Amino acid sequence: MTAQLSVPARRIRRRGTWTAWAFIAPVVIYLLVFYAYPLARNVELSVRAYTVRSFIDGTAPFVGFANYRAVFANPTFGPALLNTGLFVGVSILFQFTIGLALAVFFVRHFPLSGTLRALFLVPWLLPLLVSGSAWSWMLNSDSGIVNSFLEAAGIGQINWLTSPQWSLIAVLIANIWIGIPFNLVILYSGLEGIPLDVYEAASIDGANGWQKFLRITLPLLRPVSAITVLLGLVYTLKVFDLIWIMTRGGPADSSTTFAIWAYRLGFGSLLPDFSPAAAVGNLLILVALIFGLIYIRTQSRLDPA
Amino acid sequence: MSVEIKRKFKVVGAALLAAGVAANALSGCSSSGTTTSGGSSAAQGTYTFWDPYPQYDETSAWAKVIDSCAATAGVTIKRSGYDTSGLTNKALLAGQQNNSADILLVDNPVVSTLASAGILTTTDQNKLAVGDVATNILSAGVIDGKTYGVPIGANTLALYYNPKVLKAAGVDVASITDWTSLTAALQKVTAAGHKGITFSAIGTEEGSFQFLPWFWGSGADLTKLDSDKAVSSLQLWTDWVKKGYAPNSVINNTQTTSWQEFQTGDFAFAENGTWQKADAAKMGDQVVPLPGATGGSAPAPTGGEFLTIPIQKDTSRYAVSSKIVACLTSTENVVKTDNTLNYISAGKDAQAAQLSGDATLKPWVDAVQVAKARTGDNLGTKYPKISEQLWTAVQKALSGSASPADALKAAQAAVK
Repeated sequence: MTAQLSVPARRIRRRGTWTAWAFIAPVVIYLLVFYAYPLARNVELSVRAYTVRSFIDGTAPFVGFANYRAVFANPTFGPALLNTGLFVGVSILFQFTIGLALAVFFVRHFPLSGTLRALFLVPWLLPLLVSGSAWSWMLNSDSGIVNSFLEAAGIGQINWLTSPQWSLIAVLIANIWIGIPFNLVILYSGLEGIPLDVYEAASIDGANGWQKFLRITLPLLRPVSAITVLLGLVYTLKVFDLIWIMTRGGPADSSTTFAIWAYRLGFGSLLPDFSPAAAVGNLLILVALIFGLIYIRTQSRLDPA
Repeated sequence: MSVEIKRKFKVVGAALLAAGVAANALSGCSSSGTTTSGGSSAAQGTYTFWDPYPQYDETSAWAKVIDSCAATAGVTIKRSGYDTSGLTNKALLAGQQNNSADILLVDNPVVSTLASAGILTTTDQNKLAVGDVATNILSAGVIDGKTYGVPIGANTLALYYNPKVLKAAGVDVASITDWTSLTAALQKVTAAGHKGITFSAIGTEEGSFQFLPWFWGSGADLTKLDSDKAVSSLQLWTDWVKKGYAPNSVINNTQTTSWQEFQTGDFAFAENGTWQKADAAKMGDQVVPLPGATGGSAPAPTGGEFLTIPIQKDTSRYAVSSKIVACLTSTENVVKTDNTLNYISAGKDAQAAQLSGDATLKPWVDAVQVAKARTGDNLGTKYPKISEQLWTAVQKALSGSASPADALKAAQAAVK
C-alpha cells in the first residue's frame, strides 16, 4: 500500500497516456481506414493516368497535374463551376428562408401544429429516387401536371427538363422542396431554445414584430443558423441522384454540377475514365473543406469562450 | 488505482491485439480464399458462367440449355446472372484478381473494352470455331484482325407504326421509302390531329443507339462527326422537334419511356427494337425497316451479347469452354435461345431456321442483315468517346442551344 503511494509521477503519466491511446485507437483506425485511405487513393487516382488495362496489370503512369490541367481546360469546367455555385447558393437561400419562415410560423403552437409539422417532413423522408421520379413526371413537357396548370393559366408550355434555360431551375425547385424540412426542423428547435422573457422585455420597450425578429430572433439564432447553413452547403454540393434522375446533367451541360460531371466521367459512358473523375471529385472535396474551415472560423468568433 | 489502469490496459491491449490478428487472418483468408476457389475450379467439373440475364433463374429455359451443353462437355456449370451495367466492372475486377469466369457473356460494345484490358482470349488461343456468323454482327468482337468472341444473337431497331393512326390520316406505309416521304407522312399525321413519331434522344448510350440508324442512313461515318451528311441527319431530327412532328420529351426519353408514349395509341410511328415485338403484336402495330436518306434500309446498330472466354491461369480449360460455347451457338440451341431472348440469330443457317419457325420475323431478319456493329470498323475503345460526343451534340441541337452544324463540329473537335 505505502509502496504504491510513492510511485513516481512520471510512470503514472506514461501509463495514463498509453491507456488514453488504447481507447482512442479504434476511432483512429476507423478514421484511417474509412477516411484517410479512400482520400489518399482518390488523390493517387487523380495524379496517375488510369486506363482499363491499369485495372488488370496495375500500370498507371504518374502524370502529376496533367489530369487537373485537362479538367480546367475542358469546356464543361466553366458551366459546371457556374452551375454548382448557382445550384448551391440559390438552394441554400430559399431552403433557409422558407424553412425559417415556416419555423417561426410553427412556434405559435396552434392546434394540429404538431401533425402539420410532421407532414412537412415528408419531402425529406422520401427516397430521392421517388422524389426525383415524381418531379420528373410533374415537370414533363407534354404530359406533366405543372404544364397543364400553366396552359390553363394561359402561360403556355415550359420545357422544364429539356430546355437549357429551364433545366437548372427545374432541379433547383425539386432540391429546394426536398431541403426545406431539414431547415425547418433544426431552426424550429433553435427557436424553441430562445427564452420568451426576452421577447416580453422587448414588447415592453415597444418593439414591433418585425423588429423583434430582426433584433432578437436572428442574432440569438446565429449558432443554429451557422450549422444549418454549413450542413446544407456540404450536402447540396454533393447532390447527385436528383439531378441525374431528372435531367442527367441537362441538355448540353446546362444542369451539370461537379458531382454530376465526376460521375459522368467515371461511369457515364461505356469506357470508365477514372483519373479525370477523381480529379473533379478532389476539387469538390476541396470546396467542401473550404466551407468547413469558414464555418470553424465563424464559430470561434461567435463563441469566444 | 494503478492496478485498475493496468487491468484496463491489458484488456484493451488484448482486444486490439485480437482485432489485429483477426484482420490479418481475414485478409489471409480472402487471399487464400481466392487461390482455393481458383484451385477448386481448376479441379475437374465446375466451370463458371457469367451472363447479364438476372431475370432468368435455374428453372428457366436459358439455364437448362446451359446445363445440357455443360453435360455434353462432361462438366457442371455454375451460372451467375448480373445486371448488364455492372458486369463490365465486375469482369475487370475479376480479371485483376486472376479470378475471371470461364465463359463471359457481355454486351457487344463492351467486348473491345475488355479485350483492350487484356482479359479475353482470341480464337487463336481458345480454338473456338466462328462458323457462319455474319460479318457485320461479328465485327463488334473483331479488333485488329483478331476475334475475341461470338454473338449469342442480335437485335436491332426498326420503325413501328400504328395502322389505325395512319389510316385515319390517309397515309400509306408503302409510300415511306426515304426521309422526304417519311417527313411528308409525319406532316399529314400531325395535320390530322395525331402525333408524329417518338424516339429516344437521351444523353446516354441509348440516345446514340437510337440516332445511329439516321446517322448511318445518311451515309455518314463515325470517324467524321461533322461531315455534311452527318449534319443533314441531325438536321432531320431537329426539324421534326421544331415542327412538332416529334415531341419535346424525346430529349429525356429512354427507349422504354418512348415505347410507353407510343402505347398511348396517339403516335403514328415509334423507333424501337426487336424486344418490343411481342408487345407491338398485342397492340396490332406493325413494323417496317428504318428508311435511309435517299432510299433503301438504313443500317441500324446491333444490340445483343457476345460469348467470350476470359484468360485463365490454367490454359487447358479453354478446350472445354470452347466446347460449351460451340454447343450454345449450335443451330438448334441458338434458335431456341434467341426465340426466348427476342434476338435474331447471328448465323445464316440459324436465321433460316428461325424464319421457318416464325414467318413474322422477316422484317427483323432483314434489318439485322443490314445492321452494323457500333464498335466495328476497328473503332473498338474509341467508340465510347465518339458516342458520348454524339449524344451531346444531339442534345444540344434538339434543345436549341446550338445548330446541328456547330454541335457536330464541337463534337468532332472534342473527340480528337
